[in-house]
Amino acid sequence: MTATKGITASRLNLWYTKFRALTGVDLEIRHGLVTGLIGPSGCGKTTLLRCFNRINERIAGVRTEGKVEILGEDIYAPSVDLVELRRRVGMVFQRPNPLPLSVRDNVLFALRTHRSGGSLSRSEGDLAVEASLREVGVWEALRDRLDRRATELSLEQQQKLCIARLLPLQPEILLMDEPCSALDPSATQRVEELIRKLRGRYTIVIVTHNMAQARRVSDECIFMLLGEVIEHRRTEDVFLAPQDERTANYIEGRFG
Amino acid sequence: MAVFDSSDGARRRHFTQSIARSVFAGMTILLILPVVAIIGLLVVRGAPALSAEFLFSAPMRGMTAGGIWPAIVGTMWLVGVSLAVAAPIGVLAAVYLNEYARDGWITRIVHLAIVNLAGVPSIVHALFGVGAFVLFLSLGTSILSASLTLAIMTLPVIIASTKEALAAVPMPFREACWNVGATRWQTIRHVVLPNSVAGILTGVILQVSRAAGETAPILFTGAAFFLPHLPQSVNDQCMALSMHLFTLSTQVPNVPPQMTYGTALVLLGLVLTVNATSIVIRSRLRRKRRW
Repeated sequence: MTATKGITASRLNLWYTKFRALTGVDLEIRHGLVTGLIGPSGCGKTTLLRCFNRINERIAGVRTEGKVEILGEDIYAPSVDLVELRRRVGMVFQRPNPLPLSVRDNVLFALRTHRSGGSLSRSEGDLAVEASLREVGVWEALRDRLDRRATELSLEQQQKLCIARLLPLQPEILLMDEPCSALDPSATQRVEELIRKLRGRYTIVIVTHNMAQARRVSDECIFMLLGEVIEHRRTEDVFLAPQDERTANYIEGRFG
Repeated sequence: MAVFDSSDGARRRHFTQSIARSVFAGMTILLILPVVAIIGLLVVRGAPALSAEFLFSAPMRGMTAGGIWPAIVGTMWLVGVSLAVAAPIGVLAAVYLNEYARDGWITRIVHLAIVNLAGVPSIVHALFGVGAFVLFLSLGTSILSASLTLAIMTLPVIIASTKEALAAVPMPFREACWNVGATRWQTIRHVVLPNSVAGILTGVILQVSRAAGETAPILFTGAAFFLPHLPQSVNDQCMALSMHLFTLSTQVPNVPPQMTYGTALVLLGLVLTVNATSIVIRSRLRRKRRW
């Protein structure tokens, strides 16, 4: 694993109308690692995450300033095609959000979306579905239920499906916004195992409220407070020897 | 006194509660009564007039005999043409407003305008129709003019109801699509429309019944007092059920009352059938979608 650049942000500011949600964020997220974003509610973790695939822009009144580079390219440059950006930078949400289609169509949706004109052959599709579902470990459970509605699956399976449907696009980066907060502990454990399995092939950024989880799954950790990055170091360093007093206070549960 | 017996205060609250309940129930009954009374009256008085001859022949002897076939056909023309104009425009505009347009002051003004337009009295639409279609565009008094007027009248409601149906599709579905790089159009085509088509259709169909029932907008723009023959094209005038009902009940002397009631019954039956269809369609489509 080479420590090439995954995501770089420099002097990133973001406003929701008047409210400043991000203040001068500078960071460098290394490629192939799992990076945890931690901090109390409202500190800008999710906002920052959503800057990385520009999904914030849909919200009225959002203004972004500064630079975000992904794989060395400025993603806010005018020439950037959002369709292509989001193919390379996939996102998993807090609540699993499979589309109201069959399991198979959920996995193939993205692939079909990017196939303009030429349709996907049946066998090609089957291969992609199997490969993706295998990668997230639900192939055995779902192989006979590919035509079932994805919205009828268990939450754990739905969330894994939401990860699986990103994979056929061969993304570079996976953004996860509290991917386990709707899941029970054992499902959480299995999704965390999956995240560790995906580590290395993808750059994973995971927002979490759960510090134990950040500790379990992440290689590096970014602690944020009031829209600022306070500390960004190896996870064990952040947890065992925080440099900033505020980080220490948060980790020890004195606030947040 | 036993522990769980009502105290005086509790008894008073129970009493107040039962009054409140009866008031609300009373209002609901008050709401249903007129509907039942109207339908009952129409069926009792109008049913004797119904016959194949009444439905399928033209009025005769100064409207005091014969049937209402030209009016039925005319109403279908008016509703059909106005729908063909209003439905595509309304649905597409609603898709734009809900899915593409950014939420800014212009969008809000447009929305406000639509809501207000929906509240404009139909007679005002009628005058607009006369000015714009009959005179300015020189379409004359014709099915086209009348239908366009009806379309203008139904358009805002179609836009509003379609927007509502689109907005009912949960946001996470759209986000899920955008996040795999689907364009707006792909999202609309594959996710938003399939999940809102039931609501959209319901809104459109309800406007059919509204268009069928309105008299004012067609009064000066294309509906005829009496035409023994059926319209051949949109440039002809036509009779219409609502207009015919108005004529029979106020303009012509010596009409046997069962003819008037019969006409009203047919109009009501038509409207109820259309509404019932929309309910069936909606429940069919609803059953298919589940999230």
